[in-house]
Amino acid sequence: MARWLAGRLAQGVLTFAVATVLLFCLMRATPGDPLARLAGERQIDPADVAHLRARYGLDQPLGRQFATFVTGALRGDLGVSITYGRPVTALLRERLPATLLLVGTVLLVDFTLGLWLGVRQALARGRALDATLSTLSLAGYAAPSFWIGLVLAWLVGVEWRLLPAAGMADPLLAADAPWATRALDVARHLVLPALTLVVVSLAAAMRYQRAALLEVLAQPFMQTARAKGLPARAVVWRHGWRNALFPVLTLFGLWLPLLASGSVFVEAVFAWPGLGSLAAEAVAGRDYPVIMGTSLLVTVLVVASALLVDLAYAWLDPRVRHWT
Amino acid sequence: MRGSWRAALAAAWGRPGGRLGTLLLLGIVAAVALGPFLLPDPAAQPDILGGANLAPGAGHLFGTDQLSRDVLARVVAGGRVSLAVGGLAALLSATLGLLVGLAAGYRGGAVDAVLMRLVDAALVVPRLFLLLLLLAAWERVPLAALVVVIGATGWFATSRLVRAEVLRLKAEPFVLAAEALGAGGRRIIFRHLLPNALGPLVVAATLGVGEVILLEAGLSFLGLGIQPPTPSWGGMIYDAKDVLVTAPWGSVFPGLAIVLTVLAVHLVGDALHAALDPREAAIVAAVPAPASIPAAEPVTRLDLEAGLARMSDSREPAA
Repeated sequence: MARWLAGRLAQGVLTFAVATVLLFCLMRATPGDPLARLAGERQIDPADVAHLRARYGLDQPLGRQFATFVTGALRGDLGVSITYGRPVTALLRERLPATLLLVGTVLLVDFTLGLWLGVRQALARGRALDATLSTLSLAGYAAPSFWIGLVLAWLVGVEWRLLPAAGMADPLLAADAPWATRALDVARHLVLPALTLVVVSLAAAMRYQRAALLEVLAQPFMQTARAKGLPARAVVWRHGWRNALFPVLTLFGLWLPLLASGSVFVEAVFAWPGLGSLAAEAVAGRDYPVIMGTSLLVTVLVVASALLVDLAYAWLDPRVRHWT
Repeated sequence: MRGSWRAALAAAWGRPGGRLGTLLLLGIVAAVALGPFLLPDPAAQPDILGGANLAPGAGHLFGTDQLSRDVLARVVAGGRVSLAVGGLAALLSATLGLLVGLAAGYRGGAVDAVLMRLVDAALVVPRLFLLLLLLAAWERVPLAALVVVIGATGWFATSRLVRAEVLRLKAEPFVLAAEALGAGGRRIIFRHLLPNALGPLVVAATLGVGEVILLEAGLSFLGLGIQPPTPSWGGMIYDAKDVLVTAPWGSVFPGLAIVLTVLAVHLVGDALHAALDPREAAIVAAVPAPASIPAAEPVTRLDLEAGLARMSDSREPAA
């Protein structure tokens, strides 16, 4: 097992290393000088430009720049934000919890409601319920997240005044309010952004669960379970669903890229103070170090989650254990 | 080959989802093609003072925007741009994915190892972030550059799909026979492998159009996509968001256009997938379920689109 684990870990590290080189090259390959873009219309003394170039290390050869970047990143130094004038790492640390809360909530809903709906679909395969659920969820998947967010903010937040449509907490709430009041306040702010991401991501959970359960339902042991007179509920849930859950697990790893991209738009629309809105602000301000930092962090999370999924998969299903 | 394509198209059309999607898509293409002849000039600003933000009515079916432009005409004009960008970028992605997949799968060895490690690495960075890094440098992104950049970031999963297909085909008797008869590499690739690997590629390319339309809308929303005054669906939603409460039609209609178009593309893609992939019919057949995700080549490395496309696939042989 230790060997398999070490191999898998090495694979993950290699993938991440190549991805880092890729991201760095992309950032440098783009036309134009980050400083020229920053200066804009203003006239800057060439001496100052040279000074700035030296300060940001842009006058160094590419290899040296990359080495500096990597050694810095390993020490937790991703440079300084151009807009905020603060270390990128500090910004990322500040913004990460809000995104984890949002994405965690969405995952919870996707992996409960989504899987349940997928099971219902598989059981109703080919019937009207299956087709309706499938088309409805696909329509959600086909919608731009920022548009769903805007429409929800307008209808629920402004027209009906049911829920707050911006930020993560009520600015008028006293800082010394009881924690339950504050938690409820955050929960109320969480509903609309989370709902938006659920709408655009639920389809994937449903479809995976549907396909996985259909495959299991066709297995001979399902026929046996039915033939020996088990109640339908026990056949579907205890014998079928439990086995159809493993393939769905892999979805977890596919999930993060989708949610990370979605959160850029959703957080921007709802002013949710997470990584996504940080990335959106960085794009608007052409804040390269921050764009690079968020991309790197998201990449780390994707690689790590893929690794965890593989581990969990092997842990839960003895049939795919490679070390035995 | 031609016969099997006709059969596949007929099978796709025979599914309710495929039929709905095809009709929707044809309707959208017709509207986008004919619209300019029937509708007012999308750039015209007839009456900025009195005619801005008019509600949908007889004169303007979808209302007018802040500059008194006809929203319907702009949705149609934006559709031309969105469909063109989507189609061209998806075509570019499919071509790149095909070439890399063919090379990696057929050549094998070091070529395969290097290419696939690169693809693995590219797949762990969400496509949106790749695009943000690439596009943030431009003050105003030229349309052609946008197409190329979006297309160049969309082929990673496709190349894996094609490679898996090539690996499977390479072991088939007819390819071995062709090799034994002395056929050269080029002949085998283009006469034997390519036509048979085309099915999954067509599905991936179709779904890719939908993905690009969503991405392009998102980039326009972030100010990195299609630049005004060229109308685009994402840009229209962005422009109208400040008057969302007083004139919601400015953002609701372009959003609906995106939903309908991407939905149609997905319905067609799904139906094609089901028709071209005999395994869909064989979903009922016994396939050892969890083993269908070989941990040596975890599905987790494919992106979601490809995951959706290969939902019931288990073609990737354990490397």
